[in-house]
Amino acid sequence: MSKTSRTSITMPSSANKGAIIEIRAIAQHDMESGFRYTESGKLIPRDIIQVFTCSYNNVEIFKADFFSGIGANPLVIFTTIATETGTLEFKWAGDNGYEAINQARITVS
Amino acid sequence: MKLRIYSFFLASCLLLSATSNAIAASALPAQQKQSSYEFMSSENKAMQDDPSLNPAMFWVSEGESLWNAKLGEKQVACSSCHGDAKKSMRGVATQFPKVIKGKLQTLESQINQCRVSAQGAPALPYENKELLSLTVFVANQSKGMPIAIKETLTNKSDLEKGRQWFNQRMGQLNLSCAQCHEERAGLKLGGSLIPQGHPNAYPIYRLEWQTLGSLQRRLRNCMSGVRAEQFAYGSPEMAQLELFLMWRANGLPIETPGVRP
Repeated sequence: MSKTSRTSITMPSSANKGAIIEIRAIAQHDMESGFRYTESGKLIPRDIIQVFTCSYNNVEIFKADFFSGIGANPLVIFTTIATETGTLEFKWAGDNGYEAINQARITVS
Repeated sequence: MKLRIYSFFLASCLLLSATSNAIAASALPAQQKQSSYEFMSSENKAMQDDPSLNPAMFWVSEGESLWNAKLGEKQVACSSCHGDAKKSMRGVATQFPKVIKGKLQTLESQINQCRVSAQGAPALPYENKELLSLTVFVANQSKGMPIAIKETLTNKSDLEKGRQWFNQRMGQLNLSCAQCHEERAGLKLGGSLIPQGHPNAYPIYRLEWQTLGSLQRRLRNCMSGVRAEQFAYGSPEMAQLELFLMWRANGLPIETPGVRP
């Protein structure tokens, strides 16, 4: 797996204050479990995303630990409350120095 | 006498059913053709239909950047010759495999042909991430358009060979494609439904593979399933079989990038 990869965020760009918004975050990643072998019998080393975090105006609002059992290209769907206008930052970090960052803006009225 | 009339009647009935079977084996009527999409769970359908859920969209965007990237000895991008793929590649995937300069080319082999001759870049092996990305990006431009393979003088012999491969028994299990996907389509194999086997969503994101894969990878799957020697990636046999399958699926809309369980 490369040091970084494509990610995609789907969430509303505007919301009323206090509304519940749904956020979808997906990252392109092989999520190699570390339990598989090559055809010649060599163990393929583990290469997974370990942690996913989302911060809303620099305050952490969501965090998830990923493990070997999670499939490739993991998708996380979660909700939060639209409190203020600002930026949500999404960060995926994993084995072999993997890191991917994505951002999305939201206007709260 | 009565007996003879009866047996003649019986024989002609058999003959009639035999001929109607032969017609059915050559092409299904349009209204009976069914994409395996129809058999999927609502979750898997949603995954294919919603670009924010479909993992294959990563390959599509990768393909788009490759389309515009200048590479090879000649430093030429796909877009340098073909321009905007939304216009130039629209409908292209509905007509492949296609005979070009006397050779039957699949979408993948035509992309490689372009890479070698126009860009001066090395050909990419099958299931390579870049080749899959370009293929899925090009095929995605035809999404929603019906497959339109015409039998012509140039592709006639390849189409006929493809039909023979489709009906050829192979492997230790001694099964042909047709025995499952034509005669037993809609019935069950173990717990799962046997689909008609139309190639209208390739390359597909297969959940079992955990990645995107080509039609040839899927065909090799079936061949190893019946314990046959698999056709090689990029072989003429594969291209002929692909051509016949596409011709057989004529009229079905392209779904690329498809999601399959």
